[in-house]
Amino acid sequence: MLEQLWLIPALPFAGALILALCGRALSRRLVSLVGVGSIAVSAAISIAIVPAFLGRGTPYGQVLWTWLNVAGFQPRIAFYLDSLSLVMVVVVTFVSFLIHLYSAEFMEQDEGYSRFFAYMNLFVGSMVVLLLADNLLLLYLGWEGVGLCSYLLIGFWYRDSVNGAAARKAFIVTRVGDTAMIIGLFILFQRLGTLQIQDVMQLATAEWAIGSPVATTVAALLIGGAVGKSAQLPLQTWLPDAMAGPTPTSALIHAATMVTAGVYLIARTHALFTLAPGAQLAVAVIGAATLLVAGCSALTQSDIKRVLAYSTVSQIGYMFLALGAGSWAAAIFHFMTHAFFKALLFLAAGIVIEALHHEHSIFRMGGLRRELPVAFWTFLIGGCSLAGLPFITAGYFSKDFILWSTWSSRGGNLWLWIAGIVGVLLTALYTFRLIFLVFFGESRTPVSHRPGSRIVLPVVILAALSVAGGWLRDPLLGFLNRALPPMVEAHTGMSETLSGAIAALAFLTGLGAAYLFFMRKPEYAASLIRFGALRRLHALWFADWGFDWLYDRTLVRPFVWIATANQRDVVDNVFTAIARWNQAAHHALSLTETGRLRWYAAAIGAGAVIFVGVVLLR
Amino acid sequence: MAGLLARRNVIFTLMSIEVMLNAAGLGFVAAGARWGQADGQVMFLFILAIAAAEVSVGLALVLRLYHLYKSLDVDASSLLKG
Amino acid sequence: MLITFYVAAAIAILSTVLTITRLNAVHALLYLVVSLLAIAIVFYVLGAPFIAALEVIIYAGAIMVLFIFVMMMLNLGERATGMERSWVTPGAWAGPAILAAILLIELAFTVATATRATEVQGTDPKQVALSLYGPYLLGVELVSMLLLAGIVGAYHLGWTSPEEKEAIDATKPDRERTPAGGDLVHAGVGRAAGPPQRDIYADVH
Repeated sequence: MLEQLWLIPALPFAGALILALCGRALSRRLVSLVGVGSIAVSAAISIAIVPAFLGRGTPYGQVLWTWLNVAGFQPRIAFYLDSLSLVMVVVVTFVSFLIHLYSAEFMEQDEGYSRFFAYMNLFVGSMVVLLLADNLLLLYLGWEGVGLCSYLLIGFWYRDSVNGAAARKAFIVTRVGDTAMIIGLFILFQRLGTLQIQDVMQLATAEWAIGSPVATTVAALLIGGAVGKSAQLPLQTWLPDAMAGPTPTSALIHAATMVTAGVYLIARTHALFTLAPGAQLAVAVIGAATLLVAGCSALTQSDIKRVLAYSTVSQIGYMFLALGAGSWAAAIFHFMTHAFFKALLFLAAGIVIEALHHEHSIFRMGGLRRELPVAFWTFLIGGCSLAGLPFITAGYFSKDFILWSTWSSRGGNLWLWIAGIVGVLLTALYTFRLIFLVFFGESRTPVSHRPGSRIVLPVVILAALSVAGGWLRDPLLGFLNRALPPMVEAHTGMSETLSGAIAALAFLTGLGAAYLFFMRKPEYAASLIRFGALRRLHALWFADWGFDWLYDRTLVRPFVWIATANQRDVVDNVFTAIARWNQAAHHALSLTETGRLRWYAAAIGAGAVIFVGVVLLR
Repeated sequence: MAGLLARRNVIFTLMSIEVMLNAAGLGFVAAGARWGQADGQVMFLFILAIAAAEVSVGLALVLRLYHLYKSLDVDASSLLKG
Repeated sequence: MLITFYVAAAIAILSTVLTITRLNAVHALLYLVVSLLAIAIVFYVLGAPFIAALEVIIYAGAIMVLFIFVMMMLNLGERATGMERSWVTPGAWAGPAILAAILLIELAFTVATATRATEVQGTDPKQVALSLYGPYLLGVELVSMLLLAGIVGAYHLGWTSPEEKEAIDATKPDRERTPAGGDLVHAGVGRAAGPPQRDIYADVH
């Protein structure tokens, strides 16, 4: 079974190719069959590989062919399967399958049906390549592939230029991160001579001292790449605007899979981060800061998808926090639970949006508890999991473990833990604000469209997983620790239960506050905002802490100014000058062609005179 | 040569050419006489024949030119200008 | 002998200079004939009597006569002299004079640095003839072909087809039209008595 590993990325690529070439000629049924079926078989294979891998025990490598062979640089197309990549591949393919099934019905009215599935398949294929890659160059290939598909899918409805602008913004911002990453790869190759991930980690540990500048530089550059792709500070501005794409896209790419590529990268190259404690601390700080910033912004948004987008940024902040604190397996565990409940939330939100005829503003929704029961219950379960309802949701288990490790692990400290707790409060607050505003109260927009079975089935499955996933915590962590270093306990003083209790307290506070402000007494919220200082704060958080404004002023405007000033293309003048000089020479020389006989005779005579003179003077 | 370049009448152009050919022939004959060989005279004979052919063709062209431009200006036919 | 040479040479140079500076074309032609006769004398002094005779017969006798024929045919008259007056300005002589002067200097230089020879050996016509029929036979044949080409070319260039004559006639005012098949000898006869003609010298710059 392990030999079929290559099929996992190959099938989605094949599906994408088929749909790209002849998708328009096929019927809807056939398109969805190819699109969903390829992912379904991939997911089935990845699940079937699990027992085979468990039986094997050691990591499995599969080499397909050698990609390049240049001056001793020989990257191969090869896959490396260990517990880390297996867990991620299973989650990614399974969630992708569910989302594809959902979108088979969701996107049915759209005329770009086959194009959508082609892009989605291409995305899944690239993501799997990224996860399974055994060298950093192949990983970068998958990295760029998912970036491309993200661009294609955000701007899916290309006829509206706003979507195109959002897609470009996403691509350019992640590009900044990608550039940092590729520089990091260059340095790695130049210093260590190889890009094989396992070799890199061994060589680096052997050659570089802990805290050495080269290790810190490389780690910092890789962080740059991860920050871009995972939408952390300061490159988080693209994710809220990326909600311009279709809802299944947001669910798949911007909730469950692509944005976690950064987390995967850092987890994969953990040895480099162990060698650079400064960089690791930076990861934790970035995670903590992001989760607070994004949480505050989520509190003020009015578009349902934007709330979820900021929520994603915030939760990935938690994953970064875990990585930075040295609790590698916890970050991956949180990735898994987050994939489940965030995809669920997006899909349920999609049901709501569709039902209300593409209405995105939560202030125009309400009372959907009775109208869309499926959406309500699944959204509720997802929301509770997101906020961390104690004991019954998977999100609670993963978030709780992260919080405890930020306190007790060697890389953690008190301030990170406090940030995490405040984050729990904020998460609960904005999640339940969302739930109360959308599903409770009186209905402001009538429901027009009920979901069908292909939509209901995936959300129900995801809801079940959001609840049940948490019980897998200990075996999963043990399994992951085969590939990742285990968390080292350094600080005592807080036991896990104490941390868990405080987190639960934060959760309840948030829930209560949301209940108060948005259910019982909505006037309180409105009157609070009318205070001058609070109103400005509200405006600041609504605009994502002014990052867009900042980037616009400092980067975009000068660049546009330079581009406009250089409209005539100064450098081009050098080349035009050559042409113009030639023309001038032509005009000058054509003066000698007067057409007059005596002129030509004079030229001959002068030439003869000069010639004779030269001969004489020799 | 000075005459060839300075005069605009095409007849004078041809006359100047005749003068130049004659001068070249003179040079040949003088050289032949210097070394006592017959070659110089032979050369002059050839030059003479060439001059005759050239004059006849040239004058025919002059007549054509005159018919076309109604002028004997050698600068009148500058159609190849530029 | 030497005196004859110098005198003839002086006459040749003088008459050539006069040729190129005359305004009247016919005067210039006559001066050219004088020049050619002087050169013939020089040839005789150099011991090439055959060539001297040929110079007079062919050059002065045939070629110059051809020139004079054409001048007569064109029949330009006083008008042409006036035109020449405007064309031949002292300024026009500047460039050519410089070029010719440089060439003259080069010639003098070459002559001055050459080895001197005092004795002039004449060459028999008989030797010339032997030369012609011996080593230079090919040249003779080529020259004869050239002359043939010259004859054919001159004839063809000088011949106007009836269509051409129509075209030429169309550009002239009615009174001047030559009758079809008319001859060029009498072409210009009626011109002086004609009514105001097109100003054919109008494009004099």
